[in-house]
Amino acid sequence: MATVELSFTALPAHVRTARLIATAVARRSGVDESLLDEVRLAVGEACSRAVEGHQLYCPAEPVRLALTDMAGRFEVEVTDNCTPGARTPAGQWTSGASTPGPGPDGNGGLPAAFGIAVIEGLADDVQINETAAGTSIRMSWPSAGMSR
Amino acid sequence: MDLKLDHHSKDGIEIVDVEGEIDVYTAPRLRELLIELVNSRFYQLVVNMEKVEFLDSTGLGVLVGGLKRVRAHDGSLDLVCTQERILKIFRITGLTKVFGIHDTVDEAIAARRAEK
Repeated sequence: MATVELSFTALPAHVRTARLIATAVARRSGVDESLLDEVRLAVGEACSRAVEGHQLYCPAEPVRLALTDMAGRFEVEVTDNCTPGARTPAGQWTSGASTPGPGPDGNGGLPAAFGIAVIEGLADDVQINETAAGTSIRMSWPSAGMSR
Repeated sequence: MDLKLDHHSKDGIEIVDVEGEIDVYTAPRLRELLIELVNSRFYQLVVNMEKVEFLDSTGLGVLVGGLKRVRAHDGSLDLVCTQERILKIFRITGLTKVFGIHDTVDEAIAARRAEK
C-alpha cells in the first residue's frame, strides 16, 4: 500500500499541489535534500503529461498519484486513464497541441515526449507501463525510509 | 507561489522579469506576454529568471517558442539565470546550447551589443 495516495481533477492548476505533496512526502521519507528538486520536477512532468492526456480524452477522470516509502527507495507512480490508441509509441498524444494552452504552436516547437525525456534525465529508475487502462510512470529515488 | 510578470526597456532591449513558478498552469501567461511583445515589435528580449522558483518542460517550450518568434524577425531572446536548480533543466535538455544564458541583465545586454 502506498504511503500517500492522491487523485485529482485533470486541471493544470492541481499539478502544483501534486508537486508540493510529493516533495513533502519525499522529504519525510528521507530523500536527500539535494534530490528533492529532481523529485519535484519529475513528478510535475509526469502529472502535466497525464493532465494533458486526460484533458484530451477523458476530462472527467482523475489523475492518480501514489507515493510509497519502501526499503531504501522512495517511489512515485503517476497513472493516467488514457488508452493506448491515444498516443504514439513515443508517448506523444496523437492529437492536439503538445501541451494544453493557447497558442498556434502549442509547446513552442518542443516534442510532446520532451517531458518523458526530462523525467528519464532526472530519476535514476524510471518504468513506463502501458496497459489497456492507461499509462503509469513509476520512478524512484534512494531514501532513508523514515516515514513508515 | 504564482507567476508574476513585468517588463521594461533598457538600452533598447526589452527586459522581461519573471518571478515564481513556470509550469503547465502558469506558462500560458508567459507565452501570451512574449507573443504580445513580438506583436508590439520588440524583437530583442532578455528574460530575467533570477526570481523563478520552478521551471518545467512546459516553461522551456514557451521560451523556445519565444525564441522562434523573435528569430523570425532577426531578433534575440537571452536569459538571465544563476540558480543551479533552474540551470539544471537547461543542461539535461541540451538547451544551454540554444539560449544565451547570462549572470546579470547588464551582462546579457552587453553580450547582445557585442554581437551586433
